[in-house]
Parts: sequence; C-alpha cells; structure tokens
Amino acid sequence: MLWQRDADKASLVIRGARVLDPTEGVDAVLDVTVEDGVITALEPGTADRDGLLLAPAFVDPHVHLRTPGREDEETIASGTQAAAAGGYCAILAMPNTDPVVDSAATLGALLETARREAEIAVGFLAAITKGQRGEELTEMGELADTGAVAFSDDGMPVASAGMLRRALQYASITERLLALHCEEPTLSKGGHVHEGAVAAELGFTGYPSVAESLDVERNLALAAYEGQPLHVQHLSAAESVAALRRARDAGLRASGEVTPHHLVLTDEAVRSLDPNVKMNPPLRAESDRLALLEALRDGTIEAVATDHAPHAAHEKDVPFEEAPFGVTGLETAFAALYTHLVLPGLLPLETLLERLSAGPARIFGLERPRIAVGAPANLVLLDLAEEWRVGDEPFRSRSRNSWLLGETLIGTATLTLAGGALAFERAGVAA
Amino acid sequence: MTSIRLVKDDLRPPGPPPKRHLLSVEDLSRDDVERLLGTAKSFESSLERHVKKLPTLKGLLVVNLFYESSTRTSSSFELAAKRLSADTLNIKSSGSSVDKGESLKDTALTLGAYDPDVIVIRHPQIGAPQLVARVTDAHVVNAGDGKHQHPTQALLDLYTLREEFGRLEGLHVAIVGDVLHSRVARSLLQAFRLVGIHTTLVGPPALLPRDLPAETTSDIEAIRDADVVYVLRMQQERMQAGANYVPSLREYTARWGITPERLRPGQKVMHPGPMNRGVEIDPRVADGGDSLVTTEVRSGLVVRMAVLYDVLTGGPVGVRALAAAEVA
Repeated sequence: MLWQRDADKASLVIRGARVLDPTEGVDAVLDVTVEDGVITALEPGTADRDGLLLAPAFVDPHVHLRTPGREDEETIASGTQAAAAGGYCAILAMPNTDPVVDSAATLGALLETARREAEIAVGFLAAITKGQRGEELTEMGELADTGAVAFSDDGMPVASAGMLRRALQYASITERLLALHCEEPTLSKGGHVHEGAVAAELGFTGYPSVAESLDVERNLALAAYEGQPLHVQHLSAAESVAALRRARDAGLRASGEVTPHHLVLTDEAVRSLDPNVKMNPPLRAESDRLALLEALRDGTIEAVATDHAPHAAHEKDVPFEEAPFGVTGLETAFAALYTHLVLPGLLPLETLLERLSAGPARIFGLERPRIAVGAPANLVLLDLAEEWRVGDEPFRSRSRNSWLLGETLIGTATLTLAGGALAFERAGVAA
Repeated sequence: MTSIRLVKDDLRPPGPPPKRHLLSVEDLSRDDVERLLGTAKSFESSLERHVKKLPTLKGLLVVNLFYESSTRTSSSFELAAKRLSADTLNIKSSGSSVDKGESLKDTALTLGAYDPDVIVIRHPQIGAPQLVARVTDAHVVNAGDGKHQHPTQALLDLYTLREEFGRLEGLHVAIVGDVLHSRVARSLLQAFRLVGIHTTLVGPPALLPRDLPAETTSDIEAIRDADVVYVLRMQQERMQAGANYVPSLREYTARWGITPERLRPGQKVMHPGPMNRGVEIDPRVADGGDSLVTTEVRSGLVVRMAVLYDVLTGGPVGVRALAAAEVA
C-alpha cells in the first residue's frame, strides 16, 4: 500500500545513542547495526554524548503533496524529502488535488510517480465522493484494489448524512478506513478564525467550535449505527475530543488525530494577522488546546498529523481573509512538540514518540516502525541538544508557509532511514 | 509607550526607529489621543481664518488608496492633505489595475515607487493596511479595513464628544445596531475604554459578536440611561445572503430603529454615515436638534489633518511639549 523509490539499502552502525522504542519496551544506550536495510544487532554501547536519541521513524497520516495540479507548491519528491528531513519514514497523502484522486487512473499515475520519486514510503488516500462534491460515491472497490490506503474528502466535509452512511456501508467491503474532515458548513460559512474574543475584537467572521463538534458527533453516531470504524481528522475543539472519548468508551472503533499547531497555538496568534496562522480548522481557545493535549496524553487521540499544506508565497502574501487555509509542518513537527510540550514537562517524550509513529501506523493498518532485530530499518536519529531557527536553512518543501518562521526550536532529525534506505542525513553527521 | 507605534512584528535588527503609522486604535495611548485631539483643535482655529491653507506639509505626497466606496472619509482625507499644502494622489480600485487582478502587494509596491510620504488606505479586508506598511516605506493611515478598524472615525467621534460635552471621562454611550459588521464599533469600543467612556452595545442577538469584552444587550430600553445614542448603519453589503441575522429590515426598524419616541429630550445622537434613513434612524432624529451628525463630519476634517501631521512629524502643533510625542 506504500510506495517508495528503489534505493540502495543501507549498511551502518549507529553507536552511542539512547535507543528508545516505547512500544517495543526498548530504552537503553545501544549500538544498532543495520545490514542491507535490516536491523541485525542491538548491542549494549556507551553514550557518545547527551542528546542523541534513536527512535522509530515517524509516520504522518495527513499530508498534502499538491500533486497532481500544483507542482509549484509541492511534488512527491520535494514533499517526501521534507518528510525525511523531519524524521518521517512514511506519510499518507490526501486526495484533494487537481484533479481529485477519485479514479483508478489518477491514482495509478500517482503510484508510478511515487515509485520513481518518493524518498520515503508514501501512501495515497482516494476521495470518498467523486470530485469531493459529496454527490456520488467513488469506485472504492477498484480504488482499493489499485492501492488506496484509505478514503477521505479532506478539505471538505461529507455534508450529507445519507451520503456518509452509504460511504460507511460500501467502504466496509474494501476494509479501508474513512478519514473525515468534520465541519458543518452552514455554521462555518465565511469563517476565517475561531469564533471567540479574538475574532470579535478583530472583526473576523467566526468559525465556531460547534461547527466541528456537531459534525464529529453526527459522524460517530452514523459509524456506531453502521458498526463501522471511523477516523476523525485534525481535531481542534474540546467538544470534539469529548465526543471521540465517549464513542471509544462505548466500544466504537474510532480514532483521531491532532496537529502540532493546534497543540501549541491558540487563536491569540491571529492577532498578528499573519496568514501563516490561518488554517482549517482554525486555532481555537486555550481550553481547547488543553483538551487536545490531555487527549493526546491519555491516548484518546492516537496520532499527531501535520496536515502539511504547502501554499505558494504569493498566495499567502495577501490580507488574512484572502489567504488560503493551511500551513506546512513536516520539517518542524517533532521540534515544535519537543520544544513546546516535552521540554516544559507537559508531555512525556515516550508518548510523543508513540503518537508520531506507532499510533498513526496502527490506525491505518501500516507496518509499525520498530527497533528490533529483524525489522526493516525505519529509524530516526534525533539530536535533542540542537537549537535552530526555522527558515534559516532552506526548506526541503517547495513552500515556506510555516507557522514557525523565525522561531527558535530545540531538537532536530539528523539521520533518517526509511524502508532500509538512507533517506536523509544532515550535513556533518557521522553516524 | 506613547506615540503612534505599529508594525510590532518588525524582526529586523535595530536600525532607524519604526515608521509612525495609524493602523489601529489599539496602538494608541491615552497621551496619543490627547495630543491628536489637541492638534485637531489648533487646526480648527486655523480654519476660521480667511486663508485656510497652511504650509505645514508643503512638498509632501499623500496617496489616498480607496478599495471601497467612500464619500466622507475620502473627501476629508483629501481636503485635510490639501489644507496642509501636501500634494495628493487619489486612487480608487475601480478603473485602476486592481480591475485587472493586481494584488494589493503589487499595487502598494507600485505606489511606493513614487516615494509617497503617507498612504491612506481603505480596503475591504482586515489587515490590508498592515500589509501596505510592511511592503512600502510610507507612513500608513488606516481609513477602514474590513470589519476590523476605522481609527480616524473613532478619533473624530472623541473630538465631537469633547466639543459637545467638554469632557470624555464618565460619559455613557449606547452603540446601537449592527455591531458584528462594524469596524466603527470596534474602534470606538477601544477608544472609549481608553478615555473612560462607559459603553453599552445594543442590537439583535446575531449582530452582537460573541465574547466581545463589553456590556451587550438586545433590549433597546438600555439606551435610556446613555448620554449619547450612537447609531450604526445596517451593513447589508457585508451580510452573507440568506444569513438571516434579522428576519427583515422592517422588523429591525420596529425593534431597534432610533425614533424620537425612544429618546429622552436632550439625548444626543451620532451616526458615522452613510445613513439608511427610515431603517436604523428615523429622519426626524437625523435632522433633529440633538443630532451631532454634521458636527462629526466637520470634526473629521480637522482630526484627519491632525493625524497626517502627527504621523509625519511625530509632534503636536504648539499645544503640548514635544517630549510627549517621543517613543518610549
């Protein structure tokens, strides 16, 4: 289901790092031997220097690669290179491209390109409805056979409850998950900013949290009625989190994801009027942020997803309301969360690593990156002592609409192995 | 702490002090307001002379860039610049390259190439003046950006109130109508808080924004205790079709329209214009003796002269020591 270009399998030994794979129960200073892309030995080592951490590489369940249609903003090559630099070994791309990935032909062409260009493993979601218009189901059977990992109309909600019910019913034969962007459009219409004090003072049309949570509740109710699993994307509101927790407690196979920016920022950031803090769903109140963080800690939310959404510079260099929704995230996700959540003691490092890797892999039924003898090398070597300023070094992504431009972060990926191949190595790193 | 300061996110290393702009009331201190009102007052006395033109800004260029229709604001900015002997260039979005799809940034860069000293901008989108301030070297004055801010309107209303009441602190103003879509209301609220004016917002529930830090009510009776009733225009051009903020204008007028019957004798009435007579304001009120509407227009000229003077010189004209204008 995942595709990556053919590359030489790596053979190397990573010495002196703390090796941490929470899911495998590994936490020790080990020398890790990789031969022909497979981990062949884990042996006790001595710490080289503080701050070197070897972990299972990350999996991002929510990325926009803009291909086909907007290759000026991102390509499969540039997007997967950016992901590798962020420590990822696998990413899932959303189908809201131009044209939409809603036919086997379009999907097949993407898979071919990925086989040639993808630096790390990439999987593709196909649309739930044709053209993401919410009117007709896509041919999910053929799309799944061709290689779709899951289905999503991301960017748009499936507005009609009846249509979503049919999608839940039909997707069951494909054994693929529906990943839903939850938004009640009659409540969010025209909204640019979370409906709250900041929108009220600045004059922005509000996009209330109930526009998301109402749709989350509806979708979970339909999934429960049909007895089907469901994944809810980029949660932003406390009420949505509460709904997901209730559904899971009731035994529903429901999962959720949250973005780094919703975990770090609130709508207060919008006071800057910077279009690089404009995204859908919008940044919300501090109480929402804390609810998301709590859900990530307790496992109600199993995955961190960047919702990496590249945009051309000239499209973001306009007044806020005119700018498109979306920010980049692949190259900064770990550092942002390590700096803002782990270092201040708000989130254990082990939990962050789990939600960046094993969690999203489990949700989408992907092979879990793990540190064990015999496992393919999907590894990231992190330097937790490195301080860097976002934007100083050019982005691998073709776009630079990062919400962190100019910010100093701590922690960076220095080496990434994906599918046994060396996908990224920071200059000057001798492993 | 004083002075009209903006472009907060200027990350460049220390160099020349930041340009003085007037982008939002939020950037003004109480001292700034006093200085600007004082400057306006001294300009007012100059306008009583036979020759009304002052040489103050001779040789400087003021560009008026208007992306939305305007009568009062554009004419008063133009006249204010001319009364101060500045050259003016007036650009309206219709008939310019904006019609051909030119972005705001490119238009600003183009005009910036003429080295204007001030760019006065009105734009339908929030933050447009900040963008112009970022990409040009001109001093930027916000003449209204979407539903966000209209700082010179707030200043001219403060000026009007002080002329009428002789004070600002302790006054009670009820702002009535479509607060949601009103940049005037947002600027007034901040300006009133700054000078100690008590504000009550009155309007239909859907037109009162959630979580605005102010006393809000839908009960029109709440205007009773106010010294001044400030009537907002129903901004139908900013309302989404089918949004149903109110069932009909007829129903709005019946519940919230300002009629002589709803006013106490002597209660003053203000309106930023343009008025929808017979909708939010009864013609008898608009033309009545307690209406301050034409005073507001006259205040607009001298206040805008003061703003142009202030951003360019950073100092008062003879009413206060220069030190008051220094950046803290």
